[in-house]
Amino acid sequence: MIAIIDYEAGNLRSVERALKYLGLACRITSSAEEILSSDRVVFPGVGAAGKAMEVLRSRNLLQVIHNVIARKTPFLGICLGAQILLDKSEENNTECLKMISGTARKFADMNLKIPHMGWNNLSIVHPHPILEGIDPRVQFYFVHSYYPEPAKQEDMIATTDYGIRFASVIGKENVVATQFHPEKSGREGLRILVNFSRWDGKPGHFDDSVLGV
Amino acid sequence: MLSKRIIICLDVREGKTTKGIRFQGNIDVGDPVAMAREYYEQGADELVFYDITASSDQRDILIDVVENVAGNIFIPFSVGGGIRTVDDMYRVLNAGAEKISVNTAAVLTPDLISQGARFFGSQCIVLGMDAKRVGKSDRISSGYEVWINGGRTPMNMDAVEWAKKAQDLGAGEICLNSIDTDGTNLGYELMITSMISKAVSIPVIASGGAGKPEHLRDVFIKSGADAALIASMVHYRQYTIGQLKSYLAEEGIPVRTLV
Repeated sequence: MIAIIDYEAGNLRSVERALKYLGLACRITSSAEEILSSDRVVFPGVGAAGKAMEVLRSRNLLQVIHNVIARKTPFLGICLGAQILLDKSEENNTECLKMISGTARKFADMNLKIPHMGWNNLSIVHPHPILEGIDPRVQFYFVHSYYPEPAKQEDMIATTDYGIRFASVIGKENVVATQFHPEKSGREGLRILVNFSRWDGKPGHFDDSVLGV
Repeated sequence: MLSKRIIICLDVREGKTTKGIRFQGNIDVGDPVAMAREYYEQGADELVFYDITASSDQRDILIDVVENVAGNIFIPFSVGGGIRTVDDMYRVLNAGAEKISVNTAAVLTPDLISQGARFFGSQCIVLGMDAKRVGKSDRISSGYEVWINGGRTPMNMDAVEWAKKAQDLGAGEICLNSIDTDGTNLGYELMITSMISKAVSIPVIASGGAGKPEHLRDVFIKSGADAALIASMVHYRQYTIGQLKSYLAEEGIPVRTLV
């Protein structure tokens, strides 16, 4: 069972639809028990960092997220869910979850259209099981005004160019997070969700028996 | 590099696609879900459904269509037509649309844009705008006027000013349709597209007039549009999305790769 953490964050149902279409059992939930007992956790999000952290706090989900990550449960953040895994966000000057060290920063180049909206490429910095089999030429769907800036190079899995080169996939141990929306990125996006559903939470470990389909 | 988007527009009336695929001269009234699926597989970057259902009691059919599309295709899509309240927005977004498009209702009640942006985020709110070339005047300094009610009612409002105001109110994107070029297949209205694209910092979708691949190239290169809306050129099977993208890629325009 994949738990989709429910914190009123916009695209929960899009993620649920994509997982169901793929035949993956999932449940939108804010129950600590359900989240902690699930095999995998998806942490989606659309909206503002300040409000998101407020809702997580009011639903007592901060500790639950820390605990489920500490249990080594494979954990996938998406969009805002990627940004608030960092220490803090420039959006509303928000203290965040501190699961990966770094900051979510605002795109500052005035010559660029903000939000960064549309399909853009990835350059893989550190191969990761969730990107297994992804054609390097394909693009993914982004819509965001802030981007993750992990403090450590080793937590950067893939980058994307939009005026600057930013980290579009970040990860550490059993946590991985995409700034783009795999659930809205066509077939290659769905492949990322399938990869996640088969990932055992160990970065850099390509278990052929799991991923070799 | 960020790709230029090709967005397919589907007109829906009472749950059926009206500009269906033409087979030997007959207009086949299409199934919007099947058509959406076909364009998704061809490599469309995004879809727009315009609900042209006359009566509001048919809205439930549209919601069914939106739910069906959302469960079967995994690219962003927006829904426009007849959205007048935040509650209308909520129903469509909750059914699985990525964005909603407001046009006439936003002109009549600009606060709808700010309310929508506040409730759902700017990225969900597309301002649809129908503009017509009328010549410059005191009120219309760009020479392009905003019309509402599907291009039937002039508003004596400047199109560029309205675009800027909509951005300030919280619109996340502008879909600019030229009344002059719409349906002509003679190419997009490059002048107004360029003016609005320069005047705002949010993405601009060009609409109205696409008939040939060169028209897409021109609107991307000459007017700075971020996305181009097309309809009949693919509905009537003159081109596949793959053909359009291959052409644009050869012309040096970044487009999403199909694999």
